[in-house]
Amino acid sequence: MNRLRPGLFAKLLTCVVALFLLMPLIAVVPVSFTSRRYLSLPNGDWSWRHYISLFEDPDWGTSLLTSIQVGVLASLLAVLLASAFCIGLWMLRPRFAGLMTGFVLLPMVAPPVVSSLTLYFFLNKLAQWNNLVAYDKLGGVVLAHMVMIVPYAVVVVMVSLSQLDRRMDLAAQSMGASVPTRVFQVILPNIRFGLIGAFFLCFLLSWDEIGVTLFVTSVETITLPRRMWMGLRDNVDPSIAALSVVLICVVTLAIVARAALQFRKARQTG
Amino acid sequence: MRALLCLICPLLLFLGCSYLLPFLGIMQLSFTDPVPGIDQYRHVLSDPLTQSVIWRTIRLCVIVTVVSVSCAYVITLLWVRGSPMVRLLTELCIMIPFWISVLSRAFGWLSMLSNRGLLNKWLQNLGLIDSAIQMTRNEFAVVVGMSHYLIPFAVFPLATAMRNVDERVLTAADGMGASRLRVFWQVFLPMTASGIMGATLLVFVFSIGFYVTPALLGGGQSVLIAELIYLWIFQIPQWGVAAAMSVVLMIAVGGILYLLMRRYGEMAK
Repeated sequence: MNRLRPGLFAKLLTCVVALFLLMPLIAVVPVSFTSRRYLSLPNGDWSWRHYISLFEDPDWGTSLLTSIQVGVLASLLAVLLASAFCIGLWMLRPRFAGLMTGFVLLPMVAPPVVSSLTLYFFLNKLAQWNNLVAYDKLGGVVLAHMVMIVPYAVVVVMVSLSQLDRRMDLAAQSMGASVPTRVFQVILPNIRFGLIGAFFLCFLLSWDEIGVTLFVTSVETITLPRRMWMGLRDNVDPSIAALSVVLICVVTLAIVARAALQFRKARQTG
Repeated sequence: MRALLCLICPLLLFLGCSYLLPFLGIMQLSFTDPVPGIDQYRHVLSDPLTQSVIWRTIRLCVIVTVVSVSCAYVITLLWVRGSPMVRLLTELCIMIPFWISVLSRAFGWLSMLSNRGLLNKWLQNLGLIDSAIQMTRNEFAVVVGMSHYLIPFAVFPLATAMRNVDERVLTAADGMGASRLRVFWQVFLPMTASGIMGATLLVFVFSIGFYVTPALLGGGQSVLIAELIYLWIFQIPQWGVAAAMSVVLMIAVGGILYLLMRRYGEMAK
């Protein structure tokens, strides 16, 4: 069998690809330690000033808070709507279920720039009516993020529902359980991990969301990616390198920890 | 029955109001602003500047698709078929960039490729070049950044296809005396063709409406469709034309996705 494992040539090519994938993540590190105010490599004078400015500049803190607020609100609402939709579909199995699912997944497959334009148009219209859910307001950003992340929540919840044994629900039904009882006592407890997973995925997507956020915010509600964008577009600000290094470290630690756990589990069982 | 409809409807209503209706509004705008009729579409399809942007977008997206699918194929091969240790390492190389913000990744390429960046410094230290080469704010940087972003997305359909390859077929080919190269070219590659097709269409669809990376790495020098739409909204307001362009883009992407679905539908049968 080992004869058919990838050979030396494939391994060499993979090394090149892996280098390509990791290179930009490594290139950020020295830039974040530069002592100058523009994108440059430290010339022997390594400094922590850009890391310190992340803490001292109140704008970064405000944006962090905005991002967390938007992420939590949008994800909670998206998971709520998505799980209601999926559970309803799962229990009722209506005729146009495929069509409905397709419609709900639309924001996921449409080009982001079209979704952005659509939401910009919509929030501008809403701004004529109210001051809360509108262009450049927190509510507006939450709504825009909800539209963009709800398809992912639907996919995750549907997958966990598809693993649920339908006979359990039928048993409850034949014993005379009402719809609320079936939903809250039978279905929801069984898909709780799916719901938690959907919430985390949604939060991460909202946390990183920039395409739509660019269109629907300007000066008042600035999420963290939006502030990074401003720093990148106007003058390349090395504080973003510092922030990127922090984010890259967090992601790397999380993924390595998860992989190590899985690796150990696989070793023990197999 | 009624209770269940109450569960299904909120999401449909929410998306209907905040996505479908406004999109219909965009469509209406594309036929009415600034003049009623199909002038906006005529502009999109005949204006030389817009034409050049459309062709550049298609050209770059094709290059990006080829680069990312080939890179993804190589790394997926090891991810799926390597030894456990190789699998772990390649998985890290795929997953870490995948979960990192698109902005950090674009910034990474800026720090790598810019005039005072790492690559120029290395080349200068090695004495290969005298002064820095301009590697950002051009199409090269856009292709590099977009391919880097899209490789992980190409990996997933490829991995599915490679996992479905029946090991016994490969063993049979090997047992019949085919060389390793021949087993790959004549057996393994054709058996993963559906995955390559899926990955190609997926990456192409993703790349065609992509805004952030081209805008940052192209530095306004190589504008793609998405950036053009942004410019039409915020810099030189031409709402109707932007709307028409969005509708055209949506139709194009819809067509490609239809092909994709049909392909996968056939495979499922």
